[in-house]
Amino acid sequence: MREVAIVAFAQTKHTDHDTGQNEAELIGPVIEEVRAKAGLRDFGFTCSGSCDYLAGAPFSFVAALDALGAWPPIQESHVEMDGAFALYEAWVRLQHGDVDTALVYGFGKSSLGSLREIMTLQLDPYYLVPLGLDQTSYAGLQAGALDAPKETLDAIVRRSRHDGRANPYALDVPDDQPEPPITDGAAAIVLAVREVAEGLVARPAHITGIAHRIEPHYLGMRDLARSTSAADAALAAGVGKGPVDVAELHAQYAHEELILRDALGLGADTVVNPSGGPLAANPVMATGLIRFGEAAQRILDGTASRAVAHATSGPCLQHNLVAVLEALDG
Amino acid sequence: MGNRCAVIGVGQTKYRTRREDVSIAGLVREAALRALEDAGLTFKDIDAVVIGKAPDLFEGVMMPESYLADALGAAGKPMMRVHTAGSVGGSTALVGASLIQGGVHDRVLVVAFEKQSESNATWALSTHLPFGASLVVGAGGYFAPHIREYIRRAGAPEHIGTLVAVKDRQNALKNPYAHLRIPGISREMVESTPMLWEPIRYLETCPSSDGACALVLASEKAVTGTPAWVHGTAMRSEPIFRADRDTVNPQGGKDCAADVYRQAGIADPRRDIDVAETYVPFSWYEPMWLENLGFCAEGEGWKLTESGATALDGDIPWNASGGVLSSNPIGASGLIRFAEAALQVRGMAGDHQVPDAKTALGHAYGGGAQFFAMWIVGRDKP
Repeated sequence: MREVAIVAFAQTKHTDHDTGQNEAELIGPVIEEVRAKAGLRDFGFTCSGSCDYLAGAPFSFVAALDALGAWPPIQESHVEMDGAFALYEAWVRLQHGDVDTALVYGFGKSSLGSLREIMTLQLDPYYLVPLGLDQTSYAGLQAGALDAPKETLDAIVRRSRHDGRANPYALDVPDDQPEPPITDGAAAIVLAVREVAEGLVARPAHITGIAHRIEPHYLGMRDLARSTSAADAALAAGVGKGPVDVAELHAQYAHEELILRDALGLGADTVVNPSGGPLAANPVMATGLIRFGEAAQRILDGTASRAVAHATSGPCLQHNLVAVLEALDG
Repeated sequence: MGNRCAVIGVGQTKYRTRREDVSIAGLVREAALRALEDAGLTFKDIDAVVIGKAPDLFEGVMMPESYLADALGAAGKPMMRVHTAGSVGGSTALVGASLIQGGVHDRVLVVAFEKQSESNATWALSTHLPFGASLVVGAGGYFAPHIREYIRRAGAPEHIGTLVAVKDRQNALKNPYAHLRIPGISREMVESTPMLWEPIRYLETCPSSDGACALVLASEKAVTGTPAWVHGTAMRSEPIFRADRDTVNPQGGKDCAADVYRQAGIADPRRDIDVAETYVPFSWYEPMWLENLGFCAEGEGWKLTESGATALDGDIPWNASGGVLSSNPIGASGLIRFAEAALQVRGMAGDHQVPDAKTALGHAYGGGAQFFAMWIVGRDKP
């Protein structure tokens, strides 16, 4: 495979309320920042992730494209998934060999609606939606299946909130709220093939493995206490081939972190979610991409040499994307 | 464009106003099973699934790939969900092809669908963000002014749209999957229907359909059955609110066509392409895209249509399947174009087969005529 690296990452200072900015206004400054950090204005490929249901209107990504100034017309695509899956599509596109750089972004404003109930609408419309399971309820089912000690879960929440307070982009969320905060925000990442990446930054975060897997949708068909798809993706990405200094996991609830640690085979010596993770800032549709950015940032700034980034989609960790990021010797 | 990629299976549902006999999962599975059968494969042979559809508001299911994973045999595999507005069906094929061209997988199932009877598409397209006013109702309201501007610029006579409406419905009579099959379709019939958005009459618009389309794509070493080889793939996007953007003859469409022609070695599209499946949701888009895609000079597209060149027995048949004007499950419409192009070069298009078709264009556009996806497929290996 062609070697591809993350060379730059930028994110908004996330908010827990609508600041009045539309999505193009939210994204614009982040795109400018990531361009400056990468030292690139134009890209061979662009891909984004967002969800119409957050805005309650079709084509929320269309106006977002205006924030890029996509002129002359660009090679561009969009996934109705977290921006991390847009990053995967861009990584695939860079494998073709004809383009060398890619811009990826994700954005979402959860403040505009009632997110917990909106997330009900991603369930099977015939058999599950009528049950009225909202996001908190199905997360509760998974927490029940895992049945971890309350002290362990509380400790994860406290650690995440503590770390979040030290992260200038995250929110200050009280320790006694176990749910991820409602968050508006956006993030962007620049990818480049190795030859280009090494000319742009001192320590590119090389993607040495990346894979994703989905599981059956129906909660009753899965062992909710485990994540087979995360384990399979981690195996395919090669997580276990070396020590993991830091892992940024798309765990919106404390019990998800435990399930993912287990699936990814992360030991006690791996620092998990030093950014505070989704419990400290959860701009839906950018949250997974931010995990890639936060993990990459630690390679870029020299504080880690091997990191894992994870993103998820679907109810109760149905779909998992795992990547290994490494500093490689030139 | 990376490794070689071929279409080895095509599956379509019959397109109709309502498919009350199947769920959304049943609809996509029907198309997927037909594509697998065509390729002589089963779900076990598939490495990854890519699914596309237009806005989730059309069915009221948010990010439905999550729910459709089981029906498409995706459990345990990678699955991607593409959404690039009306061009999404084409983009979905390109994302699937990319997985093969990039050397990531050997066999990819690509599926696109819309079950428009679950909602009212016109109103689903007309809701808007709380920050701005929606000035139009539905896609016709948006595109009619662009068509009027085309007519003004090209000096086109007003019956051209009618000719396209009749021609595509005549082709649909030869396609068993087509939604609108109108015996005795004629100019008089089209001209007697109500004016919806000047100059677009009722029978000059696409229907609202339920349906799904699926492709099995393979790397060179994984080809089974009859391949349609991918000779070029291209996508382009441009901003919707750029002041000097030409919405009638968009730069993105021209650039996308130039890119895909360069990859496929096409110097003169009218001469080198045997059949084209293009995204014509309103009749007048045939002459407009004839120009945008370089089949003739600017201002000449309507003359090509009027001459009969784009008819099934013309020198460059456009939309031999009946096109979007005859079947329009929106999210699938682009993929149907790409699939029909593949069927033509595989010699498997049945009664609407263009004799000896070797090279075909699949085309889709979306948003405010700002997103473009295209591929060229051929009978011979590139």
